[in-house]
Amino acid sequence: MTEALYALLVGPFKDMGSSPAFFAEVLIGGIFAGLMYSLVALGFVLIFKASGVFNFAQGVMVLFAALTLVGLMERGMPVALALAITAGVMILLALLIERIVLRPLVNQAQIILFMATIGLNFFLEGFGEMLWGSNVKRLDVGIPDTSFKVAGVLINRLELTAAITAAVLVSILAIFFQRTRIGRALRAVADDHEAALSIGIPLKTIWVVVWSVAGLVAIVAGIMWGAKSGVQFSLSLVALKALPVLILGGFTSVPGAVVGGLIIGMGEKLGEVYWGPLVGGAIENWFAYVLALVFLLFRPQGLFGERIIERV
Amino acid sequence: MTAPLLEVQQVSVRFGALTALSEVSLTVESGKILAIIGPNGAGKTTLLNVISGFYHPTAGRILFEGRDRTHLSPPDVAELGVARTFQNVALFKGMSVLDNIMTGRLLKMNGSFLLEALYWGPARRQELAHRAVVERIIDFLEIQAIRKTPAGRLPYGLQKRVELARALAAEPRLLLLDEPMAGMNVEEKEDMCRFILDVNAEFGTSITLIEHDMSVVMDISDRVVVLDYGRKIADGLPEHVRKDRAVLDAYLGVSHD
Amino acid sequence: MIYREAGQFKTTYAADQAIFPIVQDRVMAALGVAAAFVVPPLVADEYWLQAVLIPFLIYALAAIGLNVLTGYAGQLSLGTGGFMAVGGYAAFKLTSALPQLSILFVFVLSGLVAAVEGLLFGIPSLRIKGFYLAVATLAAQFFLIWLFNKVGWFTNYASSGTITAPPRTVLGVMVTGPTASAPVRYLVALGFVAVLALATKNLVRGRIGRSWMAIRDRDIAAEIIGVRPLRAKLLAFGISSFYCGVAGAEYVFLYLGSAETLAFDINVSFLVLFMIIIGGLGSVLGSFLGAAFIVLIPILLTNAPHALGMTMPVALQKQLEVMVFGGLIIFFLIVEPNGLARLWQITKEKLRLWPFPH
Repeated sequence: MTEALYALLVGPFKDMGSSPAFFAEVLIGGIFAGLMYSLVALGFVLIFKASGVFNFAQGVMVLFAALTLVGLMERGMPVALALAITAGVMILLALLIERIVLRPLVNQAQIILFMATIGLNFFLEGFGEMLWGSNVKRLDVGIPDTSFKVAGVLINRLELTAAITAAVLVSILAIFFQRTRIGRALRAVADDHEAALSIGIPLKTIWVVVWSVAGLVAIVAGIMWGAKSGVQFSLSLVALKALPVLILGGFTSVPGAVVGGLIIGMGEKLGEVYWGPLVGGAIENWFAYVLALVFLLFRPQGLFGERIIERV
Repeated sequence: MTAPLLEVQQVSVRFGALTALSEVSLTVESGKILAIIGPNGAGKTTLLNVISGFYHPTAGRILFEGRDRTHLSPPDVAELGVARTFQNVALFKGMSVLDNIMTGRLLKMNGSFLLEALYWGPARRQELAHRAVVERIIDFLEIQAIRKTPAGRLPYGLQKRVELARALAAEPRLLLLDEPMAGMNVEEKEDMCRFILDVNAEFGTSITLIEHDMSVVMDISDRVVVLDYGRKIADGLPEHVRKDRAVLDAYLGVSHD
Repeated sequence: MIYREAGQFKTTYAADQAIFPIVQDRVMAALGVAAAFVVPPLVADEYWLQAVLIPFLIYALAAIGLNVLTGYAGQLSLGTGGFMAVGGYAAFKLTSALPQLSILFVFVLSGLVAAVEGLLFGIPSLRIKGFYLAVATLAAQFFLIWLFNKVGWFTNYASSGTITAPPRTVLGVMVTGPTASAPVRYLVALGFVAVLALATKNLVRGRIGRSWMAIRDRDIAAEIIGVRPLRAKLLAFGISSFYCGVAGAEYVFLYLGSAETLAFDINVSFLVLFMIIIGGLGSVLGSFLGAAFIVLIPILLTNAPHALGMTMPVALQKQLEVMVFGGLIIFFLIVEPNGLARLWQITKEKLRLWPFPH
């Protein structure tokens, strides 16, 4: 019994201490993985903040963006042009989604919209596979997937780029929501569709804008993920992982998406490497969700989200 | 002189920096009708919510029949025999009127779910017995025609009546009504007044209602309590309260008698 | 059909509360149920039984289970696959350890095991609502699948990681295993779902159903009436998991023959959710309709091009299937959020008047 407790509570920490360079690498790996999750979660937060819709299809949008980009590049298009067209495609997608899915369901309960995005998720998955095929594709954006050493710790160029991109995106978005008029309008819309309509906020335009921006964020996320692990369908499962990130960070917080992603990423990696062997591995499959569950019990609004107060 | 049915003693309710109620005390006498009036935001609904068990007072006590019941949850308060209606009608939109009112009978029903799954014997008889009671209430409130209509489809006035029916179905000792006549025309208000008076006369139910229509208040209440900015500023017989200086200043304005 | 109700006055509350208040409906229902027991085993061929009817019955049971939890009690759950897995693996372990126990009883016991597990995972539901709860159920889903994958005890340490239904008889007739005939398996599945559907219908039209719907529609008002939310929600989780557990056991023993955790993954959870959305949330009939719909679509997609003289690659079929599911969900949510069951109701209403215009 004491052996088990020791293995659980003491052993892993000793392992961490015994080779600090390795520990740092695992930690950094976790940070980068976390940032990748954050990129996806960012798209969620945007849409939720601005339209009150929880977009289950965000992961598929990341996949779709990556697929389109790779598909175009495979047909010989230069990167810049392919990027431009992909951006156009995502904007078109946003327009279609607004017209076909969102507008008819305006002011329905959140749960109905959520289920509609589940339907959207499945639709886009099938559609994407139909258009571009289901084999794994390589995505080359000119950043080598090599590592260099800093103070004895290996750092990967690609992951570093992803981290910097994520940081830049987050800052831009945070400023946008807090400081601009449009940002305020978006927050009004998220609060109450009908009320926003009644004071003249152009709901349709706003939704198209927001979903387009989320689509562009999805392109960035898709590039980063795709370059790292290849463009494949497991990418859409990332959406599911983003849910715990949002729960930790709060559904409406841009910095929360980053912090949540970091915690999940680091937690997963550390858990897998140091505690995984105790239970046969693959902890990553459920760790994030269980962590989210614990958070839900004690702090349902996440670290940075707004408290939900029910009026009687 | 029996103990009052309900006593609110020096209750204060604070939400962070906001003080909704400040040292409010009142008593509800058994079998009487008490009206709570005051400007919007005075804390009337908050007071009802405290009595119902939704909010727990930051200070003060609530006594039900002399026993301290300050920290009960809403279902516990329901078990004491308190029923209420809400300012924004809180019916179960997905259910029919009949089912909504039947939910009011919940506390009177006990059962084993195995028997209910079979819908046999005692479970069946109990269901039918409660149905009979509910039908009497439906007759009483004259809503027979809309029994099977989903509650979400009813006009506002009828929804309020159904909500009253649901509260009555619990055979409560104390009925809390939050603006039961809001949004009604003169005829509907007269009907509602009649129902409230009948309930009080026939079943001896104590009633506490929040109301803005002063003629209604003068007509049907035995006592009136006035709240303003979370404090009680008057408490007494309707004729007296109506002429009270503080009340006139805060709420009623100059009266032209 | 103007003959339907004319002259039928309900003179007692009992008559009004009946599941089929109109005589014609009662007769049709009785005939229908009898036909379901008699006709397919005699008439349907192996393909129809194995590929359509048996999975339909099993999914219908799971759909009723999820409908109890999500449709009636309003607790969104994405963990159906996991709950079914609990039933499947419990049945396997029980019958391996106690082979003399009647397999029917084993199914019931597996359901109870799943119910206990459902109660555990339902505990967070008091503090968590809406799609936050959905995330919690996702935790259950992923954790359970991982558990069954990792812990060899559940598969009796099979190297292939699969559980296989051993041959079992009931009253001398082979019910599970490779030699169990399709009609027999069909009848067992039908028996279970018929009994449990009736039980559900009885529960939801009474006290318990009303408590659930009260929680779903306005849980704050529900408390005022005296509903104790945790008790009602846990009951919903327990009963729902029981149904899903039995369905899971049937899934392995009456349909697949052998299974691994992939059979219970997140896609199953989504599939059953689709069934109740399309069929109708909060409707027992809807669970059946939705299950039928979802089971039939792949069949349609497989056979339609054939009938039209075209060939379609399997991959494309699968993609179209997924697209159609997704599209239909959106369609139903927009057009008729109450699903096929409501469409059926509206049809009946219209038929009361037809052929008269009003």
